[in-house]
Amino acid sequence: MIEVDGLTVRFGGVTSLDGMSVTFERGTCGLIGPNGAGKTTFFNVLSGFVRPAAGTVRAFGEDLLSMAHFRRARWGVRRTFQTEQAIEGLSVFDNVALVHEHSTLPGRTRRQDVFGAISFVGLAADPSARVHTLAAGERRLVEVARAVVGRPKLVLLDEPAAGLPDEETRHLGEVVRRIPGYTGALTILVDHDMSLVSACCETTAVLDFGKLIAVGPTAEVLRDDHVIRAYLGTADV
Amino acid sequence: MLDTASRAAGRQRSPLRRPSTPTLVNAGVIALLLLVALLVLPQLLSLYYIDAMTQVAVYSMVTLGLGVLVGRVGLVSLGQVAVLAIGAWVAARLLFATAQPYPVILLEAGVATMVLGTLIGLPALRLRGLYLALITLMLAGALTVMLATVNFPNGGHGFFGYNGSAVHIPAIRRPSIASSDPAYFRYSVIVAALMFLLAALHIRARPGRAWAAIRQSEPAALAAGINITLYKLWAFALASFITGVAGGVMAGAVHYLYSINFPTQDSITLLAVVLMGGAYSLWGAIVAALLLQLLPALLNNWGVSADWLTILFGIGVLQVLTTAPAGLADQAPKDLARLGRLLLGRLRKLTGSVRGSQ
Repeated sequence: MIEVDGLTVRFGGVTSLDGMSVTFERGTCGLIGPNGAGKTTFFNVLSGFVRPAAGTVRAFGEDLLSMAHFRRARWGVRRTFQTEQAIEGLSVFDNVALVHEHSTLPGRTRRQDVFGAISFVGLAADPSARVHTLAAGERRLVEVARAVVGRPKLVLLDEPAAGLPDEETRHLGEVVRRIPGYTGALTILVDHDMSLVSACCETTAVLDFGKLIAVGPTAEVLRDDHVIRAYLGTADV
Repeated sequence: MLDTASRAAGRQRSPLRRPSTPTLVNAGVIALLLLVALLVLPQLLSLYYIDAMTQVAVYSMVTLGLGVLVGRVGLVSLGQVAVLAIGAWVAARLLFATAQPYPVILLEAGVATMVLGTLIGLPALRLRGLYLALITLMLAGALTVMLATVNFPNGGHGFFGYNGSAVHIPAIRRPSIASSDPAYFRYSVIVAALMFLLAALHIRARPGRAWAAIRQSEPAALAAGINITLYKLWAFALASFITGVAGGVMAGAVHYLYSINFPTQDSITLLAVVLMGGAYSLWGAIVAALLLQLLPALLNNWGVSADWLTILFGIGVLQVLTTAPAGLADQAPKDLARLGRLLLGRLRKLTGSVRGSQ
């Protein structure tokens, strides 16, 4: 469980997150909102790249914001990036092993855990292949494998399906849905693909201009008038 | 789904355990080259070229260190010649002051340089790219000025070991097993091989993976739990250690050290040859050292001014940056293979037409 309270982030005069308060309980939760709503900024706060002006984040009873950024990964925060960031110079195996060897887990289970994560995401590519030889969809899966290896507590997926064809998006959705069961981690999915979000997430929160405008069961949230207005705009403006 | 999972599981034993064919070929080539360097070259070459090749061995360590920084971690240092001077200074001082065995001296020079070089690397934690290059260049410049006043030890007393009024300056000693030039060349090759082994072990292990992540994207590295500060300092420490050992080998090679032999601008040339040789592979370091030390020796022997090299290196860097970013070590084998295929094709066509006309 993660409890966010009054989280505010400012970049100069721009307020990216404006007193965001939300609680994500368990399973896979969606976080949606129009471009510039503050979704990635929220992830950046959780992974320590951005220091908030105000607010607290408690994750599984611990104060996340007081941890150094690289320690958060060791503690159990994993994330993928909007622009995929699998390490090109390393093999598939090394990409995933890299995360494992900087976690708190013992080295003797590394091979097993890494191969477990690779087969969990259903990556058919040769584990010893260099990542720069893989196709875009496979590289995304490498990134997801990096996010699930080594007992994560919190998995943050930032538009993992962006730019993928429908078939691969469906497979990715399947994988994302099974992450909480496989790792026990709370998973937060940011995406613009509403069918993916409805397929994966029981609960969904909606951000608009840095403010939380709705949160609840996904189907209800997507029917919410405020949400539709935020996405589509209104006639009377 | 299940199918791909079981396929991946079935492949579990294949990677990273049994050495693949390219690895074996690589090992064979390395062994062959080492044998040639240790047994054939000293017989074949004149003393002039043996001295030049000893310098190649020394500078291959320096380019190796810079290659680790630039190619592996993405840190551009323009102060490596100053780091080399530190290694040479410490080794010379210890060689005059103590009777310790040469390998111990090399190790001490390496460690002392590692400490100082890591201090130089401290600004690297905050700076990147041009600014890091600039600050390392400034520090190297400062060190050159310091060396010019302090001077290299020449058997004098005190901390600096320099006696300005000495008439007879004793030579810096060499290890007793390698006092002749050919023997010292072999000695340098073995030390260089050990340094390459040290770097290769790092690159294939945890630090190498962390460096690859840092080079590509610091956010991705942080998200993987990598302590960027630690691994950048580690890279500086490793590069400085290797360069310090190179300085120690150099001290014995030249017998007399002068501060004018370590000009600041040489660090810039060093970066140029590392880029030309190929910063992303260990072979690139050897190519770079050959460019830097053997080429001038050849030109001198042929009566051509080595100043032409500055122009040549400039063109070379331009060429590498535009057409072959991974340098000669990557490009040359590809080009040779292409040339081979081309010649083979011509040959086939020729024999075909000959047969056709008969």
